[in-house]
Amino acid sequence: MIELIQLVLYGVVLGSIITLGAIGVSLVFGILRFAHFAHGDMMTLGAYFAFVGYVTIGLPFWLAFPVAAAAAAGVAVLIDQTIYKRLRRSDPVILLISAFGMALILRSLVQIIWGPSNLVYASGIQLPIRIGDLRIKEDHFYIVGGALVLVIGLHLFLTRTTMGKAMRAMADNVDLARISGVNTEKVVIWTWVIAGVMAAAAGIFLAMDTRLHPVMGWRILLSVFAAAIVGGIGRPYGAIAGGMVIGISEEVSTLFINPSYKAAVSFAILVAVLIYKPTGIVGARR
Amino acid sequence: MSLLAIEDLYGGYGGADILSGVRLTVDPGEIVVIIGPNGAGKSTAMKSVFGLITVRQGRITFDGKDITRLPTQQIVRHGICYVPQTNNVFTSLTVHENLEMGAYVRRDNYAGQFDKVYDLFPPLRERRNRPAGHLSGGQRQMVAMGRALMMEPRLLLVDEPTAGLAPLFIDQIFQIVKDVNRLGIAVLMVEQNAKKALAIAHRGYVLTLGRNRHEDTGPNLLADREVAEMFLGG
Amino acid sequence: MELAGLFNYFFFSICLAGIYAVMALGLNVQWGYTGILNIGVAAFFQIGAYTTALLTSPDNPAHIGGFDLPGTFAQLVGGEGAFLGQLVGQASILIGLLGGMAVAALLGFLIGWITIGLRSDYLAIASIGISEIVRLFIQNEGWLTNGTRGIAGIPRPGIGLYNGSDFLEFMVLVVVAIGVVYVLIERAYRAPWGRVLRAVRENENAVLAAGKDVTWFRLQAFVFGCTIMGLAGGLYAHFTTFVSPEAFRPDLTTFLVWVMLIAGGSGNNRGAILGAFAIWAVWSGSEFITSAFPVEYVTQIAPLRVLLIGVILQVVLLTRQQGLLPERPPKPLVTDDEAPNRSG
Repeated sequence: MIELIQLVLYGVVLGSIITLGAIGVSLVFGILRFAHFAHGDMMTLGAYFAFVGYVTIGLPFWLAFPVAAAAAAGVAVLIDQTIYKRLRRSDPVILLISAFGMALILRSLVQIIWGPSNLVYASGIQLPIRIGDLRIKEDHFYIVGGALVLVIGLHLFLTRTTMGKAMRAMADNVDLARISGVNTEKVVIWTWVIAGVMAAAAGIFLAMDTRLHPVMGWRILLSVFAAAIVGGIGRPYGAIAGGMVIGISEEVSTLFINPSYKAAVSFAILVAVLIYKPTGIVGARR
Repeated sequence: MSLLAIEDLYGGYGGADILSGVRLTVDPGEIVVIIGPNGAGKSTAMKSVFGLITVRQGRITFDGKDITRLPTQQIVRHGICYVPQTNNVFTSLTVHENLEMGAYVRRDNYAGQFDKVYDLFPPLRERRNRPAGHLSGGQRQMVAMGRALMMEPRLLLVDEPTAGLAPLFIDQIFQIVKDVNRLGIAVLMVEQNAKKALAIAHRGYVLTLGRNRHEDTGPNLLADREVAEMFLGG
Repeated sequence: MELAGLFNYFFFSICLAGIYAVMALGLNVQWGYTGILNIGVAAFFQIGAYTTALLTSPDNPAHIGGFDLPGTFAQLVGGEGAFLGQLVGQASILIGLLGGMAVAALLGFLIGWITIGLRSDYLAIASIGISEIVRLFIQNEGWLTNGTRGIAGIPRPGIGLYNGSDFLEFMVLVVVAIGVVYVLIERAYRAPWGRVLRAVRENENAVLAAGKDVTWFRLQAFVFGCTIMGLAGGLYAHFTTFVSPEAFRPDLTTFLVWVMLIAGGSGNNRGAILGAFAIWAVWSGSEFITSAFPVEYVTQIAPLRVLLIGVILQVVLLTRQQGLLPERPPKPLVTDDEAPNRSG
């Protein structure tokens, strides 16, 4: 029983990371109607940006984090404006293929700049805090807390600001948004800013939980997509539920199956949801 | 001077012309109805005003200013609003947020406008925090019109507002159009339900094959034998 | 002697590029013909490679098999020393390749059966999952795949024309494989079957309305493509004589095949082959760039090559989406009233 609770806790940590990635995927899908295959590698890039700020330059972490997030957002907008923007009139699957290529480009850049080996933010082993028989690392609190803050921030943005409402309106009905006078290109840029910030945060948290590696983001992309789809792709709030479902399932599954096959769990849930409830488990809007 | 003037317009959706020489004017405060058989280019003529088609030739002026080929966002700012026939509400946004989106380009203080819209459509006031997708068809039309009215437009374009509605709601919708017009807003409306539409219209146009066929006051068109045979069911 | 080395390098390159060309042809049946977005190309490639490896490598107590098909068959007809034994042993390679194709097809069928009805972007996401699971399976199921140690001793077919003629002889095999696959799928493209696939790609609903079982046609195309990728895997195993998890970089393989097809021309089989050779030339040519750098930088410079291919993909997508050789669908059958126009 303790073991199960322990795994659920790990699942919440992993779920928080996946959620942040899935929110970006979901937002981009809602606005631009394509599956952003470079999102995992955008997470990786964000994690390495924080490495530069925190380790290379020596900024305090609370500063390195937003700087890295801003840089990742900048890269996301840059990619959109130089490549994706020119493909918007094409079939969305062309954008998907372009994003797949962009994933490899980002991954290579990370390898060229920072090398192919593992890196860490802080060396040494962090001793877990014991609560009864449960073990929790201090970082886990930061990860879950940080994700919570970001999700609440996103919620406020989407429901309280004009741009946030325009974003939801455009995801809902592009033509009507345009008719209402919404500058859709501006909304697209904001979408990338948010997706970039969320991806960077997810990458940084993932690196805190494990370590930095050029393929870290690509490896978790399947889980991120699974979370977005389970939550109903295009619905950022669903991504939270989806992230938790995927994160907890992956961790708890290690009780029954070889931990190496965590990815298979995401895959199984993903396929099951796609077949039985393509609109996601949270609600039904197409 | 006319508020809106479409002069000899040719254009379509990039392929062959759907409009071949449409002429149309709307004066301030008027209700003008466009009727005609399917495929006559009624909705296309309306969309042309809103920059939603490719204009090949001709000119559209609003309040004396040339708005031909302006991007949609800018046309909105001139004080024209458009209510499409279908998918005309943001289903996942609340009623109130739908209205807010209507005022998206406004930079002035428009808080008072909410009350005006809610006064016009009382059922919306009590449902203001409900997602628009949960409303009935008639209520959705109210949201769609309300969204457009948030701009306090001088001209409202309405595309077949009664299509797919139960007969009970149809009269309600025409009443709404009259109420809107009473606020001093000119209305240009495309409508299948020609008899009822002409009954509330000041003037009407009959389009066939992308061209003007008839043009007269509402009552005269209602009385016209040819029009009656063609569109009013004998 | 140097000239011989150069020739050998040329043969070697044609072999590898040719194996990629086979994969590109397989992907063309899926994406080019039918519009199926498979981002898990490498999974079927690896499955084909491992199956062929298991069937033809000598027995190894560390894992199931290998089944040493060439040796076994040779024994049946008088041993490996005899000419007939040699011949039959070499011929049994074909059975190994067919085995690789069969298992790749089976995996394709299972996966396709579950996912082929999905929207194209969902299918693409699901296919990353397949790729990831196959990768993990190969790494972890040592009883079958010998884990990270891999499977060695896969025979490279050849008749030993002269000393060191391996690559030349293997090149012939690869070229024959490309030829057979090309003729087969080109005929399929022009057949009514191919017409249905194109219709599925262009407008699925119209095909549905015409009473065709769209899902079944998509599944056929998917399995067909996976089978061809399995063949490429089998050829690769024989070519390198050794397979291991490290020998494959699934994401990179899939990516290269995609760029080859898109640069060459989706839907055009000659384009797929041309694209494979062109991109391979860039890919292997760029290796010289990395060798120009001091050794300590190599691990950092190597990804430059991937970057270069990535940039090529973006440039193609932005400037020439139809590729080097655009698709040229066969003209619809000429009806009687159109016939007079042909003379004009």
